[in-house]
Amino acid sequence: MIGDVFNWLTDPSHWTSTAFDTGIWDQLLAHIGFTLIALAISLVIALPLGLWIGHTGKATWIISVANAARALPTVGVLVLLVVIIAPHFYGRTNNGYLIPTEIVLVLLAVPPILSNTYAGVQNVEPSVRDAAFGMGMTGPQVLFRVELPNSLPLIFSGFRSATLQVIATATIAAYVTLGGLGRFIYDGLAQQDYPQMISGGLLVAALALIADLLLALVQRYTVSRGITGRTRRQDRGSRGPDSRTAVLTEELVSEAT
Amino acid sequence: MTALIPLASASSSPWHFFAYFMDNTSKVLGLLWAHTWLSVVPVVIALILALPLGWLARRYQWAYPPMMSLTGLLYTIPSIALFVLVPPILGLDPLSPLQVPIALTLYSLALLVRVVADGLAAVPQETAQAATALGYKPLGLFFRVELPIAVPVIAAGLRVAVVANVSIVTVAGTIGFKNLGQLFDEGFKLSTDTPYYPPIVLGIILCVLLALALDGLVLLGSRMLTPWRRAVRA
Repeated sequence: MIGDVFNWLTDPSHWTSTAFDTGIWDQLLAHIGFTLIALAISLVIALPLGLWIGHTGKATWIISVANAARALPTVGVLVLLVVIIAPHFYGRTNNGYLIPTEIVLVLLAVPPILSNTYAGVQNVEPSVRDAAFGMGMTGPQVLFRVELPNSLPLIFSGFRSATLQVIATATIAAYVTLGGLGRFIYDGLAQQDYPQMISGGLLVAALALIADLLLALVQRYTVSRGITGRTRRQDRGSRGPDSRTAVLTEELVSEAT
Repeated sequence: MTALIPLASASSSPWHFFAYFMDNTSKVLGLLWAHTWLSVVPVVIALILALPLGWLARRYQWAYPPMMSLTGLLYTIPSIALFVLVPPILGLDPLSPLQVPIALTLYSLALLVRVVADGLAAVPQETAQAATALGYKPLGLFFRVELPIAVPVIAAGLRVAVVANVSIVTVAGTIGFKNLGQLFDEGFKLSTDTPYYPPIVLGIILCVLLALALDGLVLLGSRMLTPWRRAVRA
């Protein structure tokens, strides 16, 4: 089976599109496209909102609502929204599938970014914030020059977990007849072409790992060294690819103890 | 559906959900039961495996970073990809009934190893030293002192794992496994011409209720295992 998968992946005809089939490259581009659109919209919504809620301490119920939305089954919400929205776009383009998918992806990506941004601003040490005000900084200055850089590690881990969520869910979106790498999984399943299905799984996993690695690199070079403590070796090390669970358990430990 | 409710009519009134449920009670309950089973068993197995692994990561400092990188890596892989990748890696059939429970166990394990290790790390040094001074052997220290103190942290991790599992199981429904995800599949197929909501909405409601119920059960268990926390608060 592993040999078949290898053969499927190394067959050049599977990589380029033909008149009948979309190749790996084009599906990969489509997948990245869905992901980037969803992440850009989510970032525009969640980042300012999270900063504002964290800075002013107002409307914290939004955070609770966003967190509660995570209990919803992704697949169910995806199918429901597709069924509701798709008929309004029927017959013209594949917008009828693209728009509901993007809405679901945004719904999924907003909560982790929002709650981590909020938590990041909240967790800035009060003494640091007080010192900034004491130096005569105005509210916006404190927000953008003290609170934002200090909360970057948490914002990044929220963004990384949002990215992984979006990549994973964009795969499932192939199930509602949208393109993307998920196509190979669902087509392979439907045609009982298991090498194709498994190759699809491999490609999606590789995309997720590479995306997370890239974001980890960006994080490494944008977060101030004074915050990560990377200059001191004996610290618990920088946040590796495990930031998603790291933040989670830090929250759990602080909640429970 | 009975003749009372034509398929083409607007299917969003509560009556339709109820009628759908009544018409398909045994099927829906069967899916719910399978879903519950798939959400709980992997977490239990993962917890049993995570306890010694978490202890190792805590006991031997050098084991912590690689173990956390590995579990983080696992958590990075999308669920649908893990589902289809488990069989070839383990040499199972491409559509084996075991692949979903195994993938879910791996996910829960990735989360719980870290939770157990961090929970044990949160046990105050003085407490462990006092227990040793009182004559606890390493094994007794672990099971009767460290583990009980770590229960709230581990329970919080369990709650996250169980709630996440309920959602991830529905993904397995899209590749043909029997659980509440099948209701979404059915609803999608019935909606080809006009939207037909009952199975989809019923599936979402049952998933959320199941997640809340399992979450509450873990919380309850954690409360019962840590009576001293209530004593402090009172």
